[in-house]
Amino acid sequence: MSALDNLRDTFRRDQVFDFMRQGTRAVAPGQLDSSAGKNILYLEDITVSFDGFKALNDLTLYIKTGELRCIIGPNGAGKSTMMDVITGKTRPDSGTCFFGQTLDLTAMSETDIAMAGIGRKFQKPTVFPEHTAFENLELAMNGPRGPWHSLFTRLSGEQKSWIEDTLATVGLLEDRHKVAGLLSHGQKQWLEIGMVLMQKPQLLLVDEPIAGMTRQEVERTGELLKSLAGKHSVVVVEHDMEFIRSIASTVTVLHQGSVLAEGTMEQVQNDPKVIEVYLGE
Amino acid sequence: MRDSTFKSAFSDRTAKTFMGVLLGATLVVTLLNQFFPPDSPLHVSAYTVTLLGKYQCYALLALALDLVWGYCGILSLGHGAFFALGGYAMGMYLMRQIGDRGVYGNPELPDFMVFLNWSELPWYWQGFDQFWFAALMILLVPGLLAFVFGWLAFRSRVTGVYLSIITQALTYALMLAFFRNELGFGGNNGLTDFKELLGFSLQSDSTRVGLLMATSLSLAMAFVLCRWITGSKLGRVVMAVRDAESRARFVGYRTEHYKLWIFTVSAILAGIAGALYVPQVGIINPGEFSPLNSIELVVWVAVGGRATLYGAVIGAILVNYGKTVFTGVMPEAWLFALGGLFVAVTVFLPQGLVGLVSQRWAAIQKQFQKKETGNDNHTPAEGETP
Amino acid sequence: MGHVIGRFFITLLLAALCNVVLAEDATDTGPAPNAGLHDILNQLASRSFDDKEAAIRQLAGQDHPRVVPLLNALMNRDLVQHRDSGAILLGSKNSDGWQLLDPVSEEVQQQVGSRDARPVVINNRLRTVINNQLALRDLASPDSEQRYQAAGQLIGNADPEMLSALAARRAKETVARVQDRIDVALNIATLNGDDLAARLNAIEALAGSLHPAAKNALRDRVAASDNPAEVRAAEKALARIEARIERYQTADTLFFGLSLGSVLLLAAIGLAITFGVMGVINMAHGELIMIGAYTTYVIQQLLPNSHEWSLLIAIPAAFVVSALVGILIERFVIRFLYGRPLETLLATFGVSLILQQAVRVIFSPLNRTVITPEWMSGALEINPVFSLTYNRLYIIFFALAVFLALLTLLKKTRLGLQVRAVSQNRTTARAMGIRSERVNALTFGLGSGIAGVAGVALAQLTNVGPNLGQSYIIDSFMVVVFGGVGNLWGTLTAAFSLGIANKLLEPVAGAVLAKIIVLIFIILFIQRKPRGLFPQRGRAAEE
Repeated sequence: MSALDNLRDTFRRDQVFDFMRQGTRAVAPGQLDSSAGKNILYLEDITVSFDGFKALNDLTLYIKTGELRCIIGPNGAGKSTMMDVITGKTRPDSGTCFFGQTLDLTAMSETDIAMAGIGRKFQKPTVFPEHTAFENLELAMNGPRGPWHSLFTRLSGEQKSWIEDTLATVGLLEDRHKVAGLLSHGQKQWLEIGMVLMQKPQLLLVDEPIAGMTRQEVERTGELLKSLAGKHSVVVVEHDMEFIRSIASTVTVLHQGSVLAEGTMEQVQNDPKVIEVYLGE
Repeated sequence: MRDSTFKSAFSDRTAKTFMGVLLGATLVVTLLNQFFPPDSPLHVSAYTVTLLGKYQCYALLALALDLVWGYCGILSLGHGAFFALGGYAMGMYLMRQIGDRGVYGNPELPDFMVFLNWSELPWYWQGFDQFWFAALMILLVPGLLAFVFGWLAFRSRVTGVYLSIITQALTYALMLAFFRNELGFGGNNGLTDFKELLGFSLQSDSTRVGLLMATSLSLAMAFVLCRWITGSKLGRVVMAVRDAESRARFVGYRTEHYKLWIFTVSAILAGIAGALYVPQVGIINPGEFSPLNSIELVVWVAVGGRATLYGAVIGAILVNYGKTVFTGVMPEAWLFALGGLFVAVTVFLPQGLVGLVSQRWAAIQKQFQKKETGNDNHTPAEGETP
Repeated sequence: MGHVIGRFFITLLLAALCNVVLAEDATDTGPAPNAGLHDILNQLASRSFDDKEAAIRQLAGQDHPRVVPLLNALMNRDLVQHRDSGAILLGSKNSDGWQLLDPVSEEVQQQVGSRDARPVVINNRLRTVINNQLALRDLASPDSEQRYQAAGQLIGNADPEMLSALAARRAKETVARVQDRIDVALNIATLNGDDLAARLNAIEALAGSLHPAAKNALRDRVAASDNPAEVRAAEKALARIEARIERYQTADTLFFGLSLGSVLLLAAIGLAITFGVMGVINMAHGELIMIGAYTTYVIQQLLPNSHEWSLLIAIPAAFVVSALVGILIERFVIRFLYGRPLETLLATFGVSLILQQAVRVIFSPLNRTVITPEWMSGALEINPVFSLTYNRLYIIFFALAVFLALLTLLKKTRLGLQVRAVSQNRTTARAMGIRSERVNALTFGLGSGIAGVAGVALAQLTNVGPNLGQSYIIDSFMVVVFGGVGNLWGTLTAAFSLGIANKLLEPVAGAVLAKIIVLIFIILFIQRKPRGLFPQRGRAAEE
């Protein structure tokens, strides 16, 4: 904003000054504005095509701050592509994608998007196999990333507690000194969620977390995800209906690159369009 | 080792053991050389002193390679180039120290330049009559080369085998270049016939012993430095880069910067090793750039055990000792033995000797514990598999 | 156009001259053409060199098959005078003296002591006369090749007799390249004459000639002339000649570049296959090439009398030997290291050391020579400054043939299909029933076998020694790094471009610097395309 604009803003007659407005903080450009009650993620009319095939077709989706949303849909519906657009891995051909009120995700690099507070947990768990669980989280911890800093830095007491809290959240506190390569598949998934949490994300994108897990692990994961909602906004992509029913408040069904239906699990399951796509011709 | 600082790296038990053994051995050798007359059975000859010094230089070089290979996963097949560059820098200083005592008696120009009919010292030889300048060059030249090369290579995400081949090609090209007389580094004869270093004659026993001590000290310091680096968060990031580079990048680390950092530091250590090597063996020639040398040093680290630091030192000393023995007794067999060593170590001993020993030790410990506590009461210790 | 006019002019002028000279010659010749050869030869007994010259000319004028051998014999001091009889006979020196033979019939006449016969003495002038006469005879030969060579010999010859003979021949000549040569000779002669106009025409005519004598004659003219127009003309002509020579030298460099490229192709293609299919970098590849070269040597030793055949046998033999060694390496070393490319690199390096040392112990550390068979020696001369040596030419074609054979193998055969499947997705290939282990071994064998064949080719170009492999391994790697492993065409492109680039840089920068520049170029190229020109597609994250 130029000095002139600032001046104009000061003399506006239809609004009070920002700091006077109840419940709002002044948001500097480049900062996430995610006041409670508003949406944290806006996807509007997103279209992505690969060589003529439309992976996303005028997709419009809103995620509220603090909610736990599930995205379901058959293969090829565009779920992964949607995640790619949000994290900046793929640029949409048209449409807008905003994080909070001010951050245009289509104009930011992948690293910047990660730094701005969007964390993605991929399908295949990739942790650092030779490092302990504790060390994995330490590496993922938010903070300066340069080599010289890393050489001289020491873990403060506060940081140590933070890591241990996160370990507790994902259920790995007892195994914190175990080498990550030796953890079970489910534990690796949790560790990875923990690593994403260490970057203090506002929005968590979780891609098919329960693939390959045992019954107990699935339950644990559901509880974990539910506990994360509120402080964070969580978007889960999954296939398993049971699991979704156990965790979700709102479900969005994608089909052929756009939203087919949205609502509670019950509503969606009884939606004729959904039934047709999943069961019918 | 959790969160090391330079100070804590000193007090770490492994480091203390290592330094103790190393410096202690050096001290003993020094005493045996200096204080016992040559005909006494306890005397250690000057030749042995120099040999030990050589081994320790190799050990330092191996340490440098372990840093990039064992901890960062960069298999550099051209690390000998940095060793040689450091050696040449030292060699240039030593050549200037000859002054007018050379064959042609020219106070300014080394013999080989007089032989080539050069009339004045080239610009890149200026300054090498000062020790501090030479010392600076020993650090700067390998470091700078590593920095530029690494920047080009890592930035373009060249990894794995391609990178190794390129490092081979680098040292090969340098070898070809240094063989040329026009380059002004002595051509295929290299730099030799040194007389003195910092005023001390290179022929005298006391200088040899002094060099041995300097080498041991450098090796010890380098060891501590490496312990510090690998124990710090930087070390952990570097290991993460080794194990899962794209994951590390995804977590937000500029992996190229880390690789560049460790590669450059490693190159500087290798240069120091070369610089300590040259006054002890008395010559530096382009053969040091030979690709074979660089690959040989990989086997030292492989035999000892990667990512342990002291493994690299042990491997370097063992293999070179073996080489000394072989080439003395059965020279044709040495290459067979070396080749066989490569194959055996990679196929059968991927963890090296250190790995083998610790596996055995762990197995023995387990046996012992089982006997003591009975089968069911076995509680896993930190990091152990249940 | 000026060319044609120039030639025509010259021809006319000299034809006129010829008639005069030849007419004179006709009356000067002594005895009738059918005089006995013996009589003519006996004239060589005279002490006078002029008489000898007359005799030589007379002999040369005879139409007898023995004339040329006798003239050569005279040159080689094989015509001797028998002391007692004074007759001139053919003499063959042996341990007892001279064995005398009849010059015409070659019958052995008698054996005399070494003091009883003496070679006929000739001087340099007579040598020239003999050479000229021989050339004149060749000039009249029905074989165009002989006429061509004769004309070439006469270039620079200023003898008017020769010139008139040349002009006479030119008038009758029908073969273009002989015509051209004669013209060069005549024009150079004119250049040294007195007629300015004729000289200017001659300069014009010589303005594109690649014959070194033409250049020299023009240079001499520039130095000797005081006519500025003439000097300018001559310098212009020289410039044109230089330009032409440069073009041909570039062509020559290109040819050498292609030759080097073909060698690189043979050396690198085996490596590209093993690396592309199996992700294995085989540091012993150079030694497999060396083994192929040594196989060639061994086969030549076993068949000392048929060098032509030994080469043809060596090709499949080297393939088999190297392939077997390769399969052994795969079965006993590489098999245990799949998925660990860096370890494979080190282990195969160990193997290469062992192979090198083994060869040193078995054969010797010294280089061995492999003889080039007849049909591969010599060169195809395109013009005096540009010729293509046969061995390199054959190797270029050979390399391309091998390449095509490989391409066919991979695209059309069952094995090729399996190899491609395994390289793209090993797990799926196995799921489809392809025995990937067998494919591995065979692929490695194939790659190694081709290395062996490369060794056969290399043996023709360079020394065969234990270090042969080391010189080519780095270059092969560079080709693979540059060209990528997704496609054999990548290897082809990379090999030829690197070969040509190297040769183009060599005259400018010297061989060593050229190598370094190429290397730096590749490092920079890797910045933009880290996986080479033709990267492998369909492969999951490498190393």
